[in-house]
Amino acid sequence: MKDEDVVERIQKNPKFMQFVRMRNRYSIIMSILMMLAYYGYILLIAFDKQFLATKVSAGATMSIGIPMGIGVLVFTIIITAIYVRRANTEFDATKDEIVKEASK
Amino acid sequence: MIKAKHILGGAAALLAAGVAIAAGADLGQAQKQATNWTAITMFGIFVGITLWITKWAAAKTKTAADFYTAGGGITGFQNGLAIAGDYMSAASFLGISALVFGSGFDGLIFSIGWLVGWPVITFLMAERLRNLGKYTFADVAGYRFDPGPIRTFAACGSLVVVAFYLIAQMVGAGQLIKLLFGLDYIVAVSMVGAIMMIYVLFGGMTATTWVQIIKACMLLAGATFMALAVMFQFGFSPEAMFKRAVEVHSKQDAIMGPGALITDPVSAISVGMALMFGTAGLPHILMRFFTVPSAKEARKSVGWATTWIGYFYILTFIIGFGAITNLIPNPADYFVNGEIAKGLKGGGNMAAVHLAKAVGGDIFMGFISAVAFATILAVVAGLTLSGASAVSHDLYASVWRHGNVDSATELRVSKITTVCLGIFAVLLGIVFEKQNVAFMVMLAFAVACSANFPVLFMSVLWKDCTTKGAVAGGTVGLVSSVALTIVSPAVWEASLGNPKGSALFPYASSAIFSMTAAFAVIYIVSKLDNSAQAKKERAAFPAQLVRSETGVGSSSASGH
Repeated sequence: MKDEDVVERIQKNPKFMQFVRMRNRYSIIMSILMMLAYYGYILLIAFDKQFLATKVSAGATMSIGIPMGIGVLVFTIIITAIYVRRANTEFDATKDEIVKEASK
Repeated sequence: MIKAKHILGGAAALLAAGVAIAAGADLGQAQKQATNWTAITMFGIFVGITLWITKWAAAKTKTAADFYTAGGGITGFQNGLAIAGDYMSAASFLGISALVFGSGFDGLIFSIGWLVGWPVITFLMAERLRNLGKYTFADVAGYRFDPGPIRTFAACGSLVVVAFYLIAQMVGAGQLIKLLFGLDYIVAVSMVGAIMMIYVLFGGMTATTWVQIIKACMLLAGATFMALAVMFQFGFSPEAMFKRAVEVHSKQDAIMGPGALITDPVSAISVGMALMFGTAGLPHILMRFFTVPSAKEARKSVGWATTWIGYFYILTFIIGFGAITNLIPNPADYFVNGEIAKGLKGGGNMAAVHLAKAVGGDIFMGFISAVAFATILAVVAGLTLSGASAVSHDLYASVWRHGNVDSATELRVSKITTVCLGIFAVLLGIVFEKQNVAFMVMLAFAVACSANFPVLFMSVLWKDCTTKGAVAGGTVGLVSSVALTIVSPAVWEASLGNPKGSALFPYASSAIFSMTAAFAVIYIVSKLDNSAQAKKERAAFPAQLVRSETGVGSSSASGH
């Protein structure tokens, strides 16, 4: 079957639009989470430097800002990994099903 | 990378950071050092291996598809390492560790900014790029648009970003090599240009990819060793390391909290936007997504790239603190005339290199120096390849010849362009030798997020977007980001030498205004566009959507 026909069938399949909407919603939620973490940290630095310089515990040298900063780095890696895993398994399975249905 | 430090904190940060960092935060003027034979030998071995790989790659590079995308045969894991190798520049390795060495905490804020663009690429762009694109990001942006205007625009956007990025890398390379190897500036810049041209010219994307992979492995291994050596000194207790650093550092406890890096919230957000969305508009990074065979591999690449880059930034933070605790107590060995106030020997950016000597002796220091040089080669090779593809694939093959061109001719044009870009890069490197090019990487990011990213984003995700809207909005973003950056303090005052306070645009980055303007113009012009062409373009959206979301029809695109 020609690609054009497959594309046309997929377009007409309500499952496809449902799939796109679901995945877009997920991508946007993940993007918003990332922005909240990053801009939240940056704005905290801009508005409340004192808070980030607070020590993690009495007598400690390390400030709260350091584990929080490393936390943002680690969060960035983890949130990317979560998306990649879900997209490569669950989303791809749904997508393959839709394509297969249209290629019949 | 470090370059934005000036922009963010301006003069205040420089004063605060003290002589140590001010001397070299932009990889700026560096004193020539004695010829370092260990480093040169190590580097020679690296060049030897990579040229051997280039020879192997040359035998495989026969068509335009091989040249631009290595035939689409790179795996996700390999591509992830190559992206990391493309993105982690010498400036981010030496510069961020130097920033940590000078100011502690502020270095961490900085490295976070360089990482947060990656999830955005993952969530919104990676697989759509792979599904719609062939060789350049213009293939993606122009999928359903009139090829003439959109490709001309996209090629301009790519070339502007590549030019600014390339100048910063070349000047940095010249200074760094003068510093590490004790070679003349012109010799150093010409060497970088010549070796890079050999990689790209003969080995195309295959050679470039392997140079980037090898460099990424060397950089990650070297940095891991240094960070482990430092942590070992403190029994793997971060608290003990910080305690010692505060004891010896002249700024004492201030290195544990935010300093002068972030001043006003508008600049902070604006720089954040430039870094976050600019990464998704860098042509040499976008091009890497066309080298993998499927959307699944594209996602894996970006997952691995984010992991390696994030891990690397955590290491640079430890390396910076290791430099504080190892170098400051031994001023005689590492500081000019043995006086801390006079700064590190060879300039502020040498913190990581001196630490390499402190923890691993001369041979390890030679290795780290060679890694720094290899890093620049890998980055300039990627930049040149993406610039060459913008000229040969977008301007020559698509716009000028309307796609009626065979693969061999297109390949020949890309090779000629590669030579021209190589010569151009060396000449610009020489012209800008004495200039402060600190702002150029930031400018490249500002253009990438204000011109390339909005056009790419809207054309792929918004059904009503039209050629006219995309080109108008992208042009507004391009012109406004360059213009606002020129009249901002970092360029107007720091580089052009105008009096302090005379800059018309007070903020550190134009992104918050220029990117918003680009999106607004794309929206308004597209909405007002009722031409027959616009109707045709809107009608083509559903088919584009199917392909971008499912990849149907795209498997043939990468040439296999």
